[in-house]
Amino acid sequence: MTTIEKTADDAVREGAGDGGTPLLEVRDLHVEFHTRDGVAKAVNGVNYNVHAGETLAVLGESGSGKSVTAQAIMGILDMPPGRIPQGQILFRGEDMLTMSAEDRRKIRGRKIAMIFQDALSALNPVLSVGYQLGEMFRVHQGLSKKDAKAKAIELMDRVRIPAAKERVSDYPHQFSGGMRQRIMIAMAMALEPDLIIADEPTTALDVTVQAQVMDLLAELQREYHMGLILITHDLGVVADVADKIAVMYAGRIVETAPVHELYKRPAHPYTQGLLESIPRLDRKGQELYAIKGLPPNLLKIPTGCAFNPRCPRAEDICRTEVPALVPVTEQDGTELPGRGSACHFWKETIHG
Amino acid sequence: MPDVTKSQSGGAAVDAVAPPVEADAATTAAPAAGPAPQGKPRSLWGDAWFELRHRPLFWISAVLLVLLLAIAAFPGLFTSAEPRNGDLTNHFLTKPELTHFFQADWFGYDGQGRSIYARVIYGTRASIMVGVGVTAVVTLVGGLLGMVAGYFGGWIDSIISRLVDIFFGLPFLLGSMVVLNAFTERKVYVVIAALAFLGWTTIARVMRSSVITAKQADYVTAARALGAGTGRILFRHVLPNALAPTIVVATISLGAYISAEATLSFLGLGLADPTISWGIDISDAKDAIRDNPHVMLFPAGMLSLTVFAFITLGDAVRDALDPKLR
Amino acid sequence: MADTEKNDKAMEPAADTTPNVTEVETVEAATEDEAVAAIEAKVDRGEPILQVRNLVKHFPLTQGILFKRQIGAVKAVDGISFDLYQGETLGIVGESGCGKSTVAKLLMTLETATAGEVFYKGQDITRLSGRALRAVRRNIQMVFQDPYTSLNPRMTVGDIIGEPFEIHPEVAPKGDRRRKVQDLLDVVGLNPEYINRYPHQFSGGQRQRIGIARGLALNPEIIICDEPVSALDVSVQAQVINLMEGLQDEFNLSYIFIAHDLSIVRHISDRVGVMYLGKMAEIGSDTEIYDHPTHPYTQALLSAVPVPDPESREGRERIILTGDVPSPANPPSGCRFRTRCWKAEDKCAKEVPLLAIPQRFAGTDSPAAHESACHFAEEKDVVHA
Repeated sequence: MTTIEKTADDAVREGAGDGGTPLLEVRDLHVEFHTRDGVAKAVNGVNYNVHAGETLAVLGESGSGKSVTAQAIMGILDMPPGRIPQGQILFRGEDMLTMSAEDRRKIRGRKIAMIFQDALSALNPVLSVGYQLGEMFRVHQGLSKKDAKAKAIELMDRVRIPAAKERVSDYPHQFSGGMRQRIMIAMAMALEPDLIIADEPTTALDVTVQAQVMDLLAELQREYHMGLILITHDLGVVADVADKIAVMYAGRIVETAPVHELYKRPAHPYTQGLLESIPRLDRKGQELYAIKGLPPNLLKIPTGCAFNPRCPRAEDICRTEVPALVPVTEQDGTELPGRGSACHFWKETIHG
Repeated sequence: MPDVTKSQSGGAAVDAVAPPVEADAATTAAPAAGPAPQGKPRSLWGDAWFELRHRPLFWISAVLLVLLLAIAAFPGLFTSAEPRNGDLTNHFLTKPELTHFFQADWFGYDGQGRSIYARVIYGTRASIMVGVGVTAVVTLVGGLLGMVAGYFGGWIDSIISRLVDIFFGLPFLLGSMVVLNAFTERKVYVVIAALAFLGWTTIARVMRSSVITAKQADYVTAARALGAGTGRILFRHVLPNALAPTIVVATISLGAYISAEATLSFLGLGLADPTISWGIDISDAKDAIRDNPHVMLFPAGMLSLTVFAFITLGDAVRDALDPKLR
Repeated sequence: MADTEKNDKAMEPAADTTPNVTEVETVEAATEDEAVAAIEAKVDRGEPILQVRNLVKHFPLTQGILFKRQIGAVKAVDGISFDLYQGETLGIVGESGCGKSTVAKLLMTLETATAGEVFYKGQDITRLSGRALRAVRRNIQMVFQDPYTSLNPRMTVGDIIGEPFEIHPEVAPKGDRRRKVQDLLDVVGLNPEYINRYPHQFSGGQRQRIGIARGLALNPEIIICDEPVSALDVSVQAQVINLMEGLQDEFNLSYIFIAHDLSIVRHISDRVGVMYLGKMAEIGSDTEIYDHPTHPYTQALLSAVPVPDPESREGRERIILTGDVPSPANPPSGCRFRTRCWKAEDKCAKEVPLLAIPQRFAGTDSPAAHESACHFAEEKDVVHA
């Protein structure tokens, strides 16, 4: 923070957080999948961190590596074909990739919980919701069946499921999509984890229900001062709840910024293109801006900047040199805390 | 800078319509197991063939099967010995001469002085014919009934499904024994008919369920929306996508039919002299087994090898058609 | 004023489940035109190419295996009427279970309507079969939601796009077909040399282009698009939307664009209908619906849309609805939205509100004067900060 010559990683690490050791820190994470057709490089050096009480949104399209990163953190990656050739995942300063399986298990589930997109397949269809919620307390805290059930009802109240007492013995299929997602949230919350990773938590829900669920998640996060990693492709959802955003493309973070800054002044042509390509609700536009080309093939990521074949700003350097994630500053050199861009032409993009 | 953006949006239509093909990234964006971008067309059958080619088990079974088929078609090429007429005086229960490759006495002689090697070679045809024949009939009949039941549903499905349940309830071997018992002259086609009569239900069930899955696919709806008739939908869209499980089941059960034939022949209810069959030979050998195990060993070994070859092929085909199933 | 009265009367039987078919058709067609003329005199749309009248689809719920008896019905679509004009895009929005996809299937005659009519150029297509139906199908085509399941994985792209010609051989002589398929690939922005490739060799956006090419093959007049971009990546959605708009201009197509994404629907649609639980809650031009919504459900829906702009977001009022959409097997009495509506009164439980221009706006030039099925319709801008 004192020297001007800091690395990009430092800039990212400092983020918008409250200083100190971050809750979770991902350092130079690489993940690859070995397939018949070659090695698919899904994550290629990701750095990010989350502090307690902070919401980091990881934004990206399919194949950007956003979910694979989360799976690596949760330890639910299929290995093989997946492999983590290098990188660190630090939880309160300890590397989860090198610690013993037993220690890792203690963190996952208790300290870090995950919410999935598809609540129906994440819940066991033959067990009642109350039983599944109570299981967390029986297994981890050794509560009796009766106490566990009482806790389950309490949890269902917390996530505002109406008539929790009556519904505690119902089965997952008897709940609507929105209610099931609440149950998933309740399960993730059960052991009061320090960090929640939510992978597209509202994508499968209707807009009116989406708003309810996002509000609930944000409220719980404030109340328990948890860290939250929100993985999504929806620029709208992000705008509502995130503190800071990391935009991923082809397994790399291409831009980081506090939420308002990103929407106001994107510093990477990809982010800029995404924002421009979304139709607006409040006005009828003319033709939409469209990012040309296709999402990258992970087996054959373009050399240099992975976005260069689709980028309107691409020049020769973009095809040869991989741009590092560098701190973004004002035109006069004033720092913009938490901002970074992996573009050779970030100055032109943000100040142009 | 705004100029750049503007010209970009202006050109967006052109961009959108022209360049994706240039990128040549014909792949799903999923991190794992996406197909490689290739300039060549790659059908799913082609992909399955590619998978198959890279499996040693497939090659082992394929070589075995080619050999067995050749033996079945041209037994005379593999032995000059005579399988039917024995020489009781000289060769009665002679032990095998394992170094006399392809000679009449290679596997020794049986209780009637016949060359076991010749009998094994000539017995291949009956086994292969029964196996292939039953599988062909069963796949045709069972596949057709299963397809009709799955595609049309309703009362047609109810009738066929009940029929399947009834036949499924009959014990396969016992049932075919009862059927075969009604025939005095049991030629190959009679055995085929008897086994097929009771064997079609498995294929019918497999076909029915995969047709039900396939007919719900969006591309079937799309074809209906185009005004496609039943025949087109069934044979262009549903069947090609429902065939894979049936092929697998058919290949694996081919081996089972061959062993069923041997069992029936052993019991004296299957093929009978003068047809040459491994089952008959195993049956004939049962009295001599204590002192002359070779009489039993060679026909039984050939039978196991053949069944093994078909079942292994079926496994390899299944893995290739659906890599997720493993 | 006279117009609205007439309109109200016309709509009354339309909301009833046992309508007098002929009467409804003629009277309503007349008033619809007048109403339209009153609101948007500037646009002369001519005759509608597709008229949907009181369309109903109930899926019976049965019990028992051998002797099935009906114990109820899922009222997926319960009396929907609208018009589609040549060259326009009618957007239909609503949450899951509102019946919008069933409407698409009914228009495609992939499902048989329980009641009601769909007139294509004056001919009721719900009653057609055989050759006549095939002829109509040439003119009404569909683009599906999921580009991964809507293309037969065992057919080449050429066979997929060429299949319409095989089913309707009169459209293109045999020798011409390969060239036509290549032309279509070119039109949707794919390399014509890819004709022999298979669907799994393409990305999602490219597959959707293939689906669109198949839809275009027979030169249809109407294309029904059921969530055509919702399965695609954000950066690819815009490409496909632009392509569809370009094709509409080029071939003078009429679109029915069914989607849950309100922003995209606004972008592409000329008129928008909002569905809730099998009924149309509100219908009007895009400006009328988005900037001057009068139905509480539309307002809630619009206010819930996450906007990718945190600043305008903070100034906006958000209406967060409580509860979930009730089951279409057992919809609430009266107004179907009343169980989640903050304006609901006794009247709402007793009387089904008719889809009509609300009394208070009738005869005015106000953009709020469009059809809305609410007893207490009032204008409220929820989109602008």
